[in-house]
Amino acid sequence: MYKETIAAVATALAQSGISIIRISGDQAVAVADRIFGTKNKRRILEHAESQNIHYGLIYDGEEPVDEVMVSVMKAPRSYTAEDTVEINCHGGILVTNRILEIVLSHGARLAEPGEFTKRAFLNGRIDLSKAEAVMDVIQSDNELALKSSFHQLKGAVFSRVKELREKILYEIAFIESALDDPEHISMEGYEEKLALILEEISGELKKLLDSAGDGRMIKEGIGTVILGKPNAGKSSLLNVLSGEERAIVTDIAGTTRDILEESIRLQHLCLRVKDTAGIRFTEDTVEKIGVERAIQSAKEADLILYVVDASVPLDENDFHILSFIQEKPCVVLLNKTDLPSVVTESVLKDKLRDHRLCLVIKVSLKEKKGMEDLEKAIQKLFFHGEISFENEVYITNIRQKEALQEAYDSVHMVKESVRLAMPEDFYTIDLMNAYACLGKIIGEEVGDDLVNEIFSRFCMGK
Amino acid sequence: MPEIREQSDVCVVGAGHAGCEAALACARLGLETVLFTVSVDSIALMPCNPNIGGSSKGHLVRELDALGGEMGKVIDQTFIQSKMLNQSKGPAVHSLRAQADKADYTRKMRQVIENQEHLTVKQAEVCELLAEDNKDENTIAEKRITGLKIATGIVYECKAVILCTGTYLNARCLCGESITYTGPNGLQAATHLTDSLKNLGIEMRRFKTGTPARMDGRSLDYDKMELQRGDERIVPFSFSTDPEEIQIEQVPCYLTYTNEETHKIIRENLDRSPIYAGVIEGTGPRYCPSIEDKVVKFADKSRHQVFIEPEGLHTNEMYVGGMSSSLPEDVQIAMYRTVPGLEHCRIVRNAYAIEYDCINSIQLKSSLEFKKIKGLFSGGQLNGSSGYEEAAAQGLIAGINAAMEIMGKEPLIMDRSESYIGVLIDDLVTKETFEPYRMMTSRAEYRLLLRQDNADLRLRKKGYEAGLVSEKEYRYVCEKEKAIQSEIQRLKKTMVGACKEHQEFLEKHGSAKLRTGTSLAELMCRPELSYDLLKEIDPDREALPSDAIEQVEIEIKYEGYIARQHRQVEQHKKMEYKKIPEQLDYDEIKSLRMEARQKLKIYRPVSVGQASRISGVSPADISVLLVYLEQEKRV
Repeated sequence: MYKETIAAVATALAQSGISIIRISGDQAVAVADRIFGTKNKRRILEHAESQNIHYGLIYDGEEPVDEVMVSVMKAPRSYTAEDTVEINCHGGILVTNRILEIVLSHGARLAEPGEFTKRAFLNGRIDLSKAEAVMDVIQSDNELALKSSFHQLKGAVFSRVKELREKILYEIAFIESALDDPEHISMEGYEEKLALILEEISGELKKLLDSAGDGRMIKEGIGTVILGKPNAGKSSLLNVLSGEERAIVTDIAGTTRDILEESIRLQHLCLRVKDTAGIRFTEDTVEKIGVERAIQSAKEADLILYVVDASVPLDENDFHILSFIQEKPCVVLLNKTDLPSVVTESVLKDKLRDHRLCLVIKVSLKEKKGMEDLEKAIQKLFFHGEISFENEVYITNIRQKEALQEAYDSVHMVKESVRLAMPEDFYTIDLMNAYACLGKIIGEEVGDDLVNEIFSRFCMGK
Repeated sequence: MPEIREQSDVCVVGAGHAGCEAALACARLGLETVLFTVSVDSIALMPCNPNIGGSSKGHLVRELDALGGEMGKVIDQTFIQSKMLNQSKGPAVHSLRAQADKADYTRKMRQVIENQEHLTVKQAEVCELLAEDNKDENTIAEKRITGLKIATGIVYECKAVILCTGTYLNARCLCGESITYTGPNGLQAATHLTDSLKNLGIEMRRFKTGTPARMDGRSLDYDKMELQRGDERIVPFSFSTDPEEIQIEQVPCYLTYTNEETHKIIRENLDRSPIYAGVIEGTGPRYCPSIEDKVVKFADKSRHQVFIEPEGLHTNEMYVGGMSSSLPEDVQIAMYRTVPGLEHCRIVRNAYAIEYDCINSIQLKSSLEFKKIKGLFSGGQLNGSSGYEEAAAQGLIAGINAAMEIMGKEPLIMDRSESYIGVLIDDLVTKETFEPYRMMTSRAEYRLLLRQDNADLRLRKKGYEAGLVSEKEYRYVCEKEKAIQSEIQRLKKTMVGACKEHQEFLEKHGSAKLRTGTSLAELMCRPELSYDLLKEIDPDREALPSDAIEQVEIEIKYEGYIARQHRQVEQHKKMEYKKIPEQLDYDEIKSLRMEARQKLKIYRPVSVGQASRISGVSPADISVLLVYLEQEKRV
């Protein structure tokens, strides 16, 4: 299985000077040769010597995309001990990604998390003593990818993919039940019906694919939740960030009961901000629901902005919040610093000393002070540490787009089979593949879905 | 009482479809075998439907036959109607199904068993398995089988036991409020063995299944039903049967339907059904629901099909396919009598549900030996499957592998990409099933390659190597394979010019004219043309046997799809060939997620491929496992 040629961005995807795209496998040189050439479009890699670097352009068809340096390392003298090509391109998320996509559409597939390292090991490149570390890398890379992938899909995309998947499964189950029990279930006139359904499904997939191209498939920005006890200034923060009066700001505690979501640009950052109801122990049913929702949102968020009212002492509500924000990247905003302070920075820092990804800053939302510090804090949390949010988003997007394309191609194959009047049992081969691909997008495996669908939808005989 | 001890190599418990195949395989491989049954008169009994084969089950029988099993040969001699199902669909889903003369089938199989050298039949209830601690440190088995004890106290010492107890363990039959503690057909249940199995540490399950009523054929009005005839040209199940010898006069079946009146009676009496009243504990199969299940779950259907099938040539009894039930007999009579043609029916045997003990099959290896008990094998419904064909297939594999173990040879492991039998066994040992498991064509992911027409090409070699297929039969398949390949090559190479003669030929058969020359193979891919038709423009053709022609035609017509499946199989095999040592200590592999580690410890897959099919084991876990195995290899 590890003979396939794989590719991925080998450097952290960020606004850096240079990014490297690595291609590894038997076809690595051939793949690179299809997209790389000199200024006069000459293909030169096929006969390039190992451990040499070449200057040229990456082409998408006829169009030059970027000026790059390409190094060729022939097996076994490379990291993976396979033929490897590394494309050094201009850093920048858009360019890097575009080049990766071009590579993927010319015969490589996206590497699984930790796959280069795995191959390096399996090919004997990494010595035995590091096996443990290799296994850890594979598992942790994978967990990170999983954690960040599926909930980044826009809700509408998620449910659309799910719906299409259900439609496909229904058709497979119908065909299969008719094959298994031909005397009870007839397929007369089914071809025409299926042709229409396929047309519809493939149209929907096309739409999704088009939107995947410009990144509309994924939610943009860092999922952010604002937390704090009632009247600490959460809605004010949202209003300062968005520059508009959106949430109801009053002096009456507990006025925000629903969750508002806002897409906000903070200089170079993009946040999807949710304001939540204030967290306090309450008997009011409506408010209680609001509090539960706030806690739920915090669990799903990438970032928590915790607003603390510095003018009043910390109380049980604050302790409650402190108890469930551990482990999440978090910025604590010490608000109302225009008033005499009761809560100090050092008190909070002490409370959060076990929290690895937490920063405390002082702000006055009423006077709109401290916003630059907030931006710096978020930058620090997301783009300097171990977590690279944008990186994960883009990789997720490419992986999902790849799966979407394959699903689309499979549905096209079924259409061909119908057109060529192939027997019905041939349809399910590609339908099943489309089903599995769409499952990858939303993180669902195939398992016993089909057998269950057959039994629950169709009445089998005996 | 002085203890009497008998000696043999293998003891097979149960003489149903699994037991018969297991016992025959062992005896034919030269091992002294004893076959135990609670009733010698019920050897190879068909207590439910009177058919062998059907969609995907027909595949199992052909594969069984290619490996040297008996079922296909016996049904070829005892069928009274035969049909190839799904003929209008692709070759992969063509499936043979025959109506059996039940009594004749039982009698014929009994003759084969009784005349088999090295095989002894013994009527007795087996009560206890005897085992000792396993001293062999090269396996994970904790115990080793040494023999068994029957109800009368006699001990049989042996090297292997094959359990094929079907639906007999602690069986009870339910028909409304009436409950009897018997096996199928009122036969004696086996009430002691479950406890012995539990004492050996085996985890048990409770499943249920059901059967419809049998009617007195004289009380039915066939004029109100649709006639269902067999095929004009009958295809045999066995590769050893000469088709010319089985073109017999066939008996018809009949089709009728339930109606709203039937459904009303069922709905009004649901409270008297043991299932809906909560009396039944066992889990029933969803694929053959009782008529009450159909009416409840598919309430929008105004009618359900009912097939009336003869149980044999020398009986009046008719099987009422599609209407199994555990309702009380008075409700049964009322409900059956609403069906057109059944208005005056007289029930000979009432419909009933049966509950029985079976094992959780993930305790087995792919060889069908228990992981924890060396020398103990099991096959058939005891493993949680259903169906005569599924049972027979497992029985054969369990039998062969018991013999292989005794002879110190490698077990016969069937791969998913090679056979339906492989799919069946792999599913049983890697997926926990909570209902009786039935074979279905959708379970075979490489089904385009696993056709009923090429079972001999796929499996004769394995049967020959196991010692159950004769030299002559094996040579025949080798020659056939050669002939097929050379004919395919010839058709691909032989070019057809766009001359007048060829254009006329194409026009005559409604096929597009040629613009340039093309190969015969290309022409064969056209749906409207066939190997047979092309004879006219293919003068150099040499005569080929019809079974070889069939292969040539399929291989060429579906070449693209077949090639794709071959590529998938290649991928699959890479992982299947990566073996995992039986005693691997999964706790050593720290990077495995906890869930995966626990699952792997329970299932103990034989290969990385099998590990990847266990639910709860992720692709990342598989990568980790690969790295670990590589590390072990290099140490």
